[in-house]
Amino acid sequence: MKGINKIFKNILSSKVYTFSVIVLLFFILLAIIAPYLPIDISKYDVTNMSKGPSLNHIFGTDELGRDYFIRVLYGLRISLLVGFLAMITSTFIGTIIGLISGYYGGVIDNILMRFVDVLSSIPWLVLVIVLSVFLKPGLTTIIIVIGGFSWMSIARMIRGETLSIKQREYVVYAKFVNISNSKIIIKHILPAVLPVLIVAATTSISSAIMTESALSFLGLGIQQPMTSLGSLLQNAQSKLQSAPYMAIIPGAVILLIIYSFNNIGNMIQELLLKED
Amino acid sequence: MGKYIIKRVLQAIPLLLVISFVVFLMIYIAPFDVLDTMITPNMTLEQIELLRLKYRLDDPFIVQYWTWLSNIFKSDLGYSLITQASISKELSTRIIATMKLVIPSYITALFLAVILGLISAANKGKLIDKIVDGIVSIGIATPTFWFAMLIIYLFGYNFKLFPIIGMHTIGKENDFLDFLSHFVMPYLTLTWAFFPRLTRYIRASAIEQISEDYVMVQKSFHASKTEIFVKHIGRNVMIPIVTQIGMALPMLVTGALITESIFSWPGVGPYLMTATRSLDYPVIMAVMLFSATLVILGNLLADILYSIVDPRIRQ
Repeated sequence: MKGINKIFKNILSSKVYTFSVIVLLFFILLAIIAPYLPIDISKYDVTNMSKGPSLNHIFGTDELGRDYFIRVLYGLRISLLVGFLAMITSTFIGTIIGLISGYYGGVIDNILMRFVDVLSSIPWLVLVIVLSVFLKPGLTTIIIVIGGFSWMSIARMIRGETLSIKQREYVVYAKFVNISNSKIIIKHILPAVLPVLIVAATTSISSAIMTESALSFLGLGIQQPMTSLGSLLQNAQSKLQSAPYMAIIPGAVILLIIYSFNNIGNMIQELLLKED
Repeated sequence: MGKYIIKRVLQAIPLLLVISFVVFLMIYIAPFDVLDTMITPNMTLEQIELLRLKYRLDDPFIVQYWTWLSNIFKSDLGYSLITQASISKELSTRIIATMKLVIPSYITALFLAVILGLISAANKGKLIDKIVDGIVSIGIATPTFWFAMLIIYLFGYNFKLFPIIGMHTIGKENDFLDFLSHFVMPYLTLTWAFFPRLTRYIRASAIEQISEDYVMVQKSFHASKTEIFVKHIGRNVMIPIVTQIGMALPMLVTGALITESIFSWPGVGPYLMTATRSLDYPVIMAVMLFSATLVILGNLLADILYSIVDPRIRQ
């Protein structure tokens, strides 16, 4: 209970944090309830094509007369989903590699870290563009590509933490009384690196959402009939002159989400610093 | 000094070799046959076999890798499968176009970042710091391509001030004013993309400097705040800036992939995008290898520059 109170206090301590938390909760809620809203995503309103925002369609309609509000919500669903799943993938790989590399040291550490060096040397966007061509584009591919190739900085961070925690007395003692390595890693080291892990995870969510939208915008990400915020923007690019709201709205949503996630990352970092 | 540089260069060479190997391997195991892009329906089986021999596609993996690598040392990156043009030639003109866009944007962004970063560090916690931080946070959260679209809508369609695509109007290749009007919108986009992170970085390094002893000494001598910031902190912040410039080296090639694609700027971005769409693998390999090399060289340059401005880290 005390912990929750502390978090609440911290959220309310700054207007920026309060705003970010409310925005995110609002968007997540909208994304969850989207399929239950009484608006039909596939209904074509032929009399109202490419109309700007109005009372009937608060975000206007697209070039086929579909309600743009619900299309943006469905895009939001996919973007958030990709963000969360890619974050889980990259944090998972990064944590395992970082823990193993830091704990065992020596040759294993050397090999793994050189591998990380090689992967981080190829500019990330280039790597992702090339990979997304080899694999069939779609939801799974984009999660694999983003999650599978953005874990390197997390691995480096976790490795650094592990190196220092490994020296602590309780770990040295656990080794001394012959507790198995895997047990030490899971029971003693993992809880200690958790703070770093949480901060890294929040940052990786916002960069995953950004990358997804960039890739979908370039036509290498989410494919029709599925839409994400990025692919909505790609579609809007050719209609910029006649229907600018179709570009403005999804982009503003991306901006708000990433802004909020970044602020929440800062907040968590602040919270953990206070505890130390 | 010389010893340190030699040591760092020697460390970089095996990394480069491994990367070239990985790049080649990736293309080699990719699930498509290179020949498919060259075969036309009316070729006979013999002609196809001839092609296979010509491009030595039956050689073992290591032999193919070796031929490719030794050609690179002769600065021959091979030929595009689609246009049959020399990649080295094409890439060099592309890189120049990219540099024309990236260098001015980066310099502007750096200049802006130094001013904003120092101002907000000097007024840490005050209103102006909060305003700068707000702008920077929004800047970091802005998708580059969205910003580009807004600019295109505003200046391209609404006010009809600037042309929307390309680098020159056809027939006006040497007209500087024409170049400039094509240049403004992508330049603004890239500057907006570059400056927020740089500002954060400079603000953080300046704040670190404020707690140093020399600032305390200056304060006790009643030096004014402006004096301390311009003469002392400003100078010491140059050290982290120098390393940032080293790290920015790869941006000369891949710093503007998205922006270039939107504005159809004839740089490396659209080149890579077209190549990936048509599976033009020699081009993909060349760009990947080239940009990876620049990342490594950039890190090397940053380390060396750092050791020149701050001799303490040479040990």
